[in-house]
Amino acid sequence: MIVNDIVRALNLQVVAGAAALSREITGGYSADLLSCVMARAKAGNAWVTLQAHPNVIAVATLLELAAVIVTEGAPIRDDVKAKADAEGIALLATPHTTFWVVGELARFGIQAQE
Amino acid sequence: MSRNVITVTPGMPLTELKETMRTNRISGVPVVNEDGDLVGVISIEDLFRAYEDGAFHEFVGGRMSTNLITVREADSVDTAVQKFQQTGVGRLPVVNAWGVLVGMLTKGDITRGLLHEIQVDTQDEEIARYRASHIFRDIESDETSLMLRYKVPPLDFTHGGEASSKIKRALTRVGADAQIVRRAAIASYEAEMNLTIHADHGGVITAAVDASQVTLTVEDDGPGIADLKRALEEPGYTTTPPEIRAMGFGGGMGLKNIRKCADTMKLESEVGRGTKLEISLRLHTREVPGQKR
Repeated sequence: MIVNDIVRALNLQVVAGAAALSREITGGYSADLLSCVMARAKAGNAWVTLQAHPNVIAVATLLELAAVIVTEGAPIRDDVKAKADAEGIALLATPHTTFWVVGELARFGIQAQE
Repeated sequence: MSRNVITVTPGMPLTELKETMRTNRISGVPVVNEDGDLVGVISIEDLFRAYEDGAFHEFVGGRMSTNLITVREADSVDTAVQKFQQTGVGRLPVVNAWGVLVGMLTKGDITRGLLHEIQVDTQDEEIARYRASHIFRDIESDETSLMLRYKVPPLDFTHGGEASSKIKRALTRVGADAQIVRRAAIASYEAEMNLTIHADHGGVITAAVDASQVTLTVEDDGPGIADLKRALEEPGYTTTPPEIRAMGFGGGMGLKNIRKCADTMKLESEVGRGTKLEISLRLHTREVPGQKR
């Protein structure tokens, strides 16, 4: 499954990093605490979070995540979008809750990689 | 597109067109009037049809196709690709804003252009990697190491993580295993964010890379960690202020993450003097057989 598949399945808004929409998704991870993400998210994962500041993109880049899904319509600043574009990280947004997104991802076959 | 385009005029006899096509080995040619305006296209199929009709004495103007499919000079490659797909033609005349022919574009031109872009990108990266990964062999000394220094300013969350990104790229280029690069990146990021969040004046990260290992030294001049034991061992212990914790930092996990990623770790701190963290990672797992990880 590629990033664009979940964009369509969950009707997500592509905020930035459209170049990465063809990346393969290896699994999913969710947390708002960056150290947790650093410790446990895997390369190619879709990361579901409420956080939307520039450091989120730094974390996603270092871990080579496939996509960041920002939930509950959290506002995303232009510098965050620009950073996602520059680093090639698909930055996606939805008004739904983190719980809803994770449930839907699981329903479409995205698994945790523990 | 090609700019040196062979063109013919509507008044050219078909016999002459046949010679032009044969000598230049082309299967289609744009027809322009005396002002340079594109007025039609004539192809080898049109010539065959004229031959079948016994109309070889006629002129280009009467046999050319005037149903013109063109692209503008300023159109994107995307637009051209779409036109190729929609119309099934093999070549597109390119005109400027005034309808004057400026070139011809074939599907091959587009493929070659894209291939070139891809090759340039991958070649640059390959060359960079090759050079970097051979530095330890190419430069002779008793012990060669690369010293990379990064200054980390205090409370700059917009650029936080950039030093670690650069260290990660450097390690990849010198040919370290992907898993080790990942662990080094995590350790370096946690240390970098500690400087960003806690250090009074920010700090400096030094990465010393040699053929077998990377040593990261992270230093600041204050405030220092009051309770080292708790910071290192107590889960969730943090001194990060609430407004920074709201951004997802300060879960009391940073130093523990670093310890998990590093092969060796040394942490010294004195309140009022500063903190110095030194960690090392072996670059190639295979060089240390039997080592448990």
